[in-house]
Amino acid sequence: MTHHLTPPISIEEAKKLQTGDKVLITGTIYTARDAAHARLMNEKEIPFDIEGSVIYYVGPTPARNGEVIGAAGPTSSYRMDELAVPLMEKGLRMMIGKGDRSETFREKMIENHAVYLIATGGAGALLASKIKKRTLIKYEELGPEAIYKLEVENFPCFVAYDVHGNNIFKRSHS
Amino acid sequence: MREIDLSEVTEKIKETLIRINHELDDSLVTAFNRAKDKEKDDLSRSILDDIIQNQDIARKGSAPLCQDTGMVVVFAEIGSDLFYEGNLDEAINKGVSEAYTDGYLRKSVVNDPFDRINTKDNTPAIIHHKIVDGSQLKLNLASKGAGSENMSKVVMLKPSDGIEGVKQLVLDTIFDAGGKPCPPLIVGVGIGGNLEKSALIAKEAVLRDLDDESDNETIRAMERDLYEAINRLGVGPMGVGGETTCLAVKINTFPMHIASLPVAINIQCHSSRHEVIVL
Ligand code: SF4
Repeated sequence: MTHHLTPPISIEEAKKLQTGDKVLITGTIYTARDAAHARLMNEKEIPFDIEGSVIYYVGPTPARNGEVIGAAGPTSSYRMDELAVPLMEKGLRMMIGKGDRSETFREKMIENHAVYLIATGGAGALLASKIKKRTLIKYEELGPEAIYKLEVENFPCFVAYDVHGNNIFKRSHS
Repeated sequence: MREIDLSEVTEKIKETLIRINHELDDSLVTAFNRAKDKEKDDLSRSILDDIIQNQDIARKGSAPLCQDTGMVVVFAEIGSDLFYEGNLDEAINKGVSEAYTDGYLRKSVVNDPFDRINTKDNTPAIIHHKIVDGSQLKLNLASKGAGSENMSKVVMLKPSDGIEGVKQLVLDTIFDAGGKPCPPLIVGVGIGGNLEKSALIAKEAVLRDLDDESDNETIRAMERDLYEAINRLGVGPMGVGGETTCLAVKINTFPMHIASLPVAINIQCHSSRHEVIVL
């Protein structure tokens, strides 16, 4: 099944997503990976509207002249597991990355009605072509690891962990 | 004696790195298409389709194949009858620096394990030297991403573990890595030597041509068996399950101590960016 979603994502919308479904996101998502997550821990306030938001784990290549962004595929999500818990507690609804995450994290996700999506790893040029606008939010000094607001159109992802406890990486191993 | 100008090396390294970060080898694209045809599951097919579309878009030049444009690895074979003035490593690093700066590639190298300050031009490259006969300079170079490198390992097995022990280790490693190293993979295995030699020959193994098979009958059979066995693991494209977990298995070997059986497994993601330059 394919879902067309526009953030912010409500808990009701999150509940409709099933592991293995395709999701096309149109609208606003935020970038953050290792260094930005570490810094957010020390912030009193998250520098964007976190309720129902979507964070994309990405560190793009520099944009060529006239392009919005360089290659922008997902990075491995497991490194963000611990640091993402407080964000989910504040209202973060979806995360986009690649690869599996810890069981503890998956349980925390269910508690917080959060959904984990994967985008195709290594498809940096394809995913960049779905990003229409990019605005710096914070930590410019982190270069590719800074927090950006991205406007995306039909950004293709797959539901990896849904709020019902299903896991895409266990589909064929059981 | 033959003389070359090191500025040629810099130029060639620069041009090659920018190109391989935008264009995958045709043999790899054929392998992606073959994998897609084999795949029955919609989700797994859809991921392979993203990978195929991605390399089409990257080829047009607006963005590289992957945002992790890697750390550069070079195997340099230097002919003993070759003469050049200056420092070869400096010339290579200058090419890397120019490629990553002028070519809009991501600078992913930090200076120190704990300070972790970005060196800002993706240098230094990791350079391995070998002096060989002749008057050529051969540079086998790769942009190696961290996602797949992080799932690689060296294990010191016992000689009695034998072929089956090595195969099991490879299968466990690929299964445990799951979707993290961006399958479908190319799996390089180095068997023999010692700790560092096994890792070096495993890295050389992942850089072999996709359709190259070992000359040694036993090893060739192991490459084929492991290829089948890895694909039976069902890890699938990006770990979501499916028919294709690896596109090839390459094994290189080296003599070793009577008491040792070192095995290195170097995992290469589908974005396999490498080329051989001969000057
Ligand atoms: S593992 Fe390879 S394809 Fe995946 S993100 Fe890293 S470099 Fe890119």
